[in-house]
Amino acid sequence: MSDLNRLTIAEAQAKLRKREISSCDLTRACLNRIAAVEPKLNAFITVCEREALEQADAADKRLATGDAPPLCGIPLGIKDIYATKGVKTTCASKILANFVPPFDATVIAKLRAEGAVFVGKANMDEFAMGSSTENSAFGPTHNPHDLERVAGGSSGGSAAAVAAYECLASLGTDTGGSIREPASFCGVVGIKPTYSRVSRYGVIAYASSLDQVGPLSRTVRDAAIMLRSLAGIDSSDSTCSARPVPDYERALTGDVRGLRIGVPKEYFVEGMQPEVEKSVREALTNLQKAGARTVEISLPHTSYAVAAYYLVATAEASANLSRYDGIRFGLRVPAENNIELYEKSRAQGFGAEVKRRIMLGTFALSAGYYDAYYLKGQKVRTLIRRDFERAFETCDVVMAPVAPTTAFKLGEKTDDPLTMYLSDIFTISVNLAGLPGMSMPCGYDNAGLPIGLQIIAAPFSEETIFRVGDAYEKLGAFSSRELKI
Amino acid sequence: MLRCSAMAESKITLEQVRHVALLARLRLSADEETRLQADMSSMLGYVEKLNELDTTNVPPTAQVAEPGTPMRDDEVTNHPAPDDMLANAPARQGNFFKVPKIIE
Repeated sequence: MSDLNRLTIAEAQAKLRKREISSCDLTRACLNRIAAVEPKLNAFITVCEREALEQADAADKRLATGDAPPLCGIPLGIKDIYATKGVKTTCASKILANFVPPFDATVIAKLRAEGAVFVGKANMDEFAMGSSTENSAFGPTHNPHDLERVAGGSSGGSAAAVAAYECLASLGTDTGGSIREPASFCGVVGIKPTYSRVSRYGVIAYASSLDQVGPLSRTVRDAAIMLRSLAGIDSSDSTCSARPVPDYERALTGDVRGLRIGVPKEYFVEGMQPEVEKSVREALTNLQKAGARTVEISLPHTSYAVAAYYLVATAEASANLSRYDGIRFGLRVPAENNIELYEKSRAQGFGAEVKRRIMLGTFALSAGYYDAYYLKGQKVRTLIRRDFERAFETCDVVMAPVAPTTAFKLGEKTDDPLTMYLSDIFTISVNLAGLPGMSMPCGYDNAGLPIGLQIIAAPFSEETIFRVGDAYEKLGAFSSRELKI
Repeated sequence: MLRCSAMAESKITLEQVRHVALLARLRLSADEETRLQADMSSMLGYVEKLNELDTTNVPPTAQVAEPGTPMRDDEVTNHPAPDDMLANAPARQGNFFKVPKIIE
């Protein structure tokens, strides 16, 4: 029973219900794996050993009554952006290094109510700003497939932990690709649901018109199980949709006959890694053989997405992060007066990338520049949204690569922010348009690094995404490789 | 298209950087100011490509949630304890957050 941590959620659910295994055994297997690989990976900022074992014990008692919710006893990793009552929540920032929230985020409360087990708080880019987890104040996360490479970001710890079997699934957040890009780099499944599908209450805000909560897992079915437990209306988040939450697992029919897959020509561009294009095109061919149809589509404003995003997201960030002022919580640097206290606390508390984005956003919103920058970004956002609306008149899903390359080397892009930003070129439009998008593995490059396939659908069409993803997974088009760690 | 060289031409002056830093309440070192001038210039140069698009009659998108805010009864649902709320305070006095004197 040494490899319990490698079970999927679906497998573990069945074994827990039949009392073949206990949540304590399952949790211990994850904690042992964490102890073994964390020195190499740094996927977690905080490991919650004692709390996890207590939760597992309580879950076992509940499972014994025969009346346990879907995620009861399942060990999960939680991105350190979620407020967890009584457990340090740093957002990978020095400014929150000692912050212990007095409340739970709504999704954390939901998972707790189901009896889920939290093994730890996962590493990330500071305030979710980054594409490599190198912006963490607690050191970068290493990719389990190659320790010299990044895990992606900003949910790099959440992706690496699932890939390395430190937990069965995890929570990430996605503002411009922060679930999908690390899922792609680490070879796991990650879905950013439709904007407003999941409550963000208690999720530390980066760019509120873009931020969305989502799961990372090792199978599409597990992502479907997770999302059903996370989604739904919340009286604490007025942006959260009141639409009923479907039983996503029921969508996993394995049938893609007649499905129309839109293939955007703008997502297969010069400069992308050839193996990425090859793998994604092979996936499309396999789905065609299974009965789906491909349609060439155009998303003409794709090349403007990164520019629009870095005006809209940084403007929102500059406002959201104004709350870190050293007064009510977080780092305070002593000073003679309040202005100096704010300036010094923020200067010492924030890392370089966070400062860069606050500065750009403050500039874009400042007097005389608002129309030329922020408003222009919002207008281009409309054009990008319309591109997708038009596309979904002729197709059911859009399929594309997640990122133009596989995981890059640590340090490779840290000196050139713009080059780093461009690694999100294929994911950012989905956030601007508020659509659901999923990344799932579709092969490896010549160096043995995972390649991600992105499946995008119209708002609230997560069931279609899961159906296609699950059908592709069932084709078994390629075999997963063993990790060396 | 995936690599962009640093901008030679500066889109923003050092004075502007200092002004924005004041607005953002960030005390920057001289090195940080220079670096941010270069980085912001590079980004502002890059976003100029948006001007290729005529957006005269395009409405801005501020948010993409479904229209309408759900309503609920105005009832107190939480009763935060002062000690919990003040547990993260950098400085506290009684049931208050303590800050430097504002009015002389």
